[in-house]
Amino acid sequence: MSAIEVRGIEREFEGGVKAVRGVDLDVAAGEIYAFLGPNGAGKTTTVRMLTTLLRPTGGTARVAGHDVVAEAGTVRESIGVALQEAALDPLMTGRELIRLQATLHRLPRAEGERKAEALLDRVGLQDAADRRVGTYSGGMRRRLDLASALVHEPRVLFLDEPTTGLDPVSRKGIWEEVRKLNADGATVFLTTQYLEEADQLADRVGIIAGGLIVAEGTPRELKAQVGKPHLEIAICDGEVERAREVVATLGRPLPAKDGLVLLELEGGAGQVAPVVRALDEAGLAVESLDLVEPTLDDVFVAKTGRHLETEDEAPAEEAA
Amino acid sequence: MSRLAANLRIIGALGRRSIRQTFRRPQLMAPIIIFPTLLLAVQTGGAGSAVNLPAFPEVNGFLDFMLAGAMIQSALLAGNSGGIALAVDIEMGFTDRLLAAPISRFAIVLGRLAGTAALGAFSAVYYVVLGLIFGARIEEGVIGVLLMIAFVTLAAIAFGGIGAAIALRSGSASVVQGLFPLVFVILFLSSAFFPYELMLEPAATVAEFNPVSFIVEGVRDPVISTLTGEDAWKAFASIAAIGGISLGLSSLALRHRLRVGS
Repeated sequence: MSAIEVRGIEREFEGGVKAVRGVDLDVAAGEIYAFLGPNGAGKTTTVRMLTTLLRPTGGTARVAGHDVVAEAGTVRESIGVALQEAALDPLMTGRELIRLQATLHRLPRAEGERKAEALLDRVGLQDAADRRVGTYSGGMRRRLDLASALVHEPRVLFLDEPTTGLDPVSRKGIWEEVRKLNADGATVFLTTQYLEEADQLADRVGIIAGGLIVAEGTPRELKAQVGKPHLEIAICDGEVERAREVVATLGRPLPAKDGLVLLELEGGAGQVAPVVRALDEAGLAVESLDLVEPTLDDVFVAKTGRHLETEDEAPAEEAA
Repeated sequence: MSRLAANLRIIGALGRRSIRQTFRRPQLMAPIIIFPTLLLAVQTGGAGSAVNLPAFPEVNGFLDFMLAGAMIQSALLAGNSGGIALAVDIEMGFTDRLLAAPISRFAIVLGRLAGTAALGAFSAVYYVVLGLIFGARIEEGVIGVLLMIAFVTLAAIAFGGIGAAIALRSGSASVVQGLFPLVFVILFLSSAFFPYELMLEPAATVAEFNPVSFIVEGVRDPVISTLTGEDAWKAFASIAAIGGISLGLSSLALRHRLRVGS
């Protein structure tokens, strides 16, 4: 059964700005699905519709088997939401916030307190639990936000740009936690503008631009759509032509670039060893050898004609 | 747990958060306690001899007359502070956290108003104690004190509804904060600080029909004289009317916010 099932969902804001223009989605139970796109692509608007914070102006969506408009209350009982920029009250303590969240989800007081302690332990915030959130670092805030989204053990978890603005260490900590949650059975729908995040975490990726999904698949499938891995070989003594001849039968030679021998390898890393052996047997000294794989940015460029990480903010997402 | 009990527990939890927020953010607490106290001190100290004017109502002292004005000023500013706090919640996205939870949408407003009510009651007790320390005499005794606390608490809820409506409609703390001077205009065009008899026209007529005057008179009555049903009834009716309108406007503003989603 799909944990998230979306058909032609649309959202038009006052003034005629269409932030989402007919998105279809199917996210299987137990999957990590990443919605990848630049600011203004429609990611947050889509998440707000799926979490019942915003009514769609067209199309339908079901989350955890319930319609987001007709059964909004039931949807809210089934989902956990960690919002962009961690919408936390800086005047509350971490413990107060998780306990409040437990009350909002109607957990009995004793159970809410027990869950709060367990979650504070889980995200490593027990020592800071009685400090005001305003004193927390960005990473601590995100961990607290994540913990508060888990208090009622939701079946589907929505994480809106969970690592935006975090340092690499904090980012990896959040990834680790997301993987654990997924291993425990939660379906995770996350939005991100980071290629690496989608690549590392997601079972499947949907690339959204201009309010439309322009590509969807596993990271490997998406990359395969735009090209195969290739080797970039730098040869000592400039014997580039001879090196090209030696490796020509081991892959598909590509035009040389910057004095490098380029060889497309359909099998990726598995085909590197024969190339190294062939060069060695031919007495050619290799200065460097890099296996270059297509990235999700290559996919983004192929689908939209623009690089993901140089996108400017667009007004539609701000309106959302 | 019944649905009603669960909703009351949620409103209580949001109300407690609202109270903590006010005590932890001095700029929300200052208007409720510090400003009215200062005004009370300055006016009582500087204009105390006004009680000797021929048209001034018969009172034991100027502080007795001013106490109700300070209490209602505090209730009005508690409502305004509650509105500012709600708008801050909207601006920082905390309201989205609440809206994404399986709770009644109006519980968000009621939780905020529960906190405002508690602050209203707290400020009423504070001004009664302050008044008694500095020599005020409450003619109607304990019953009078309880009635004053009840009126100030209910007035805080009614005024809080106005703050909530504006916060929900605008989503901007600075817009709600911009109403701050209006609170003083409303107060000075009522009988909060001056008896009708000493006002010039048209202020006297405006004050006579200003619902805030009715509320002030209802709170003042047990302090300066034995209780009269008419003043209490008018105060209650004014609070009910303001509360009904403000809660209705809050509900409409909340619906609008949920519909447009911003």
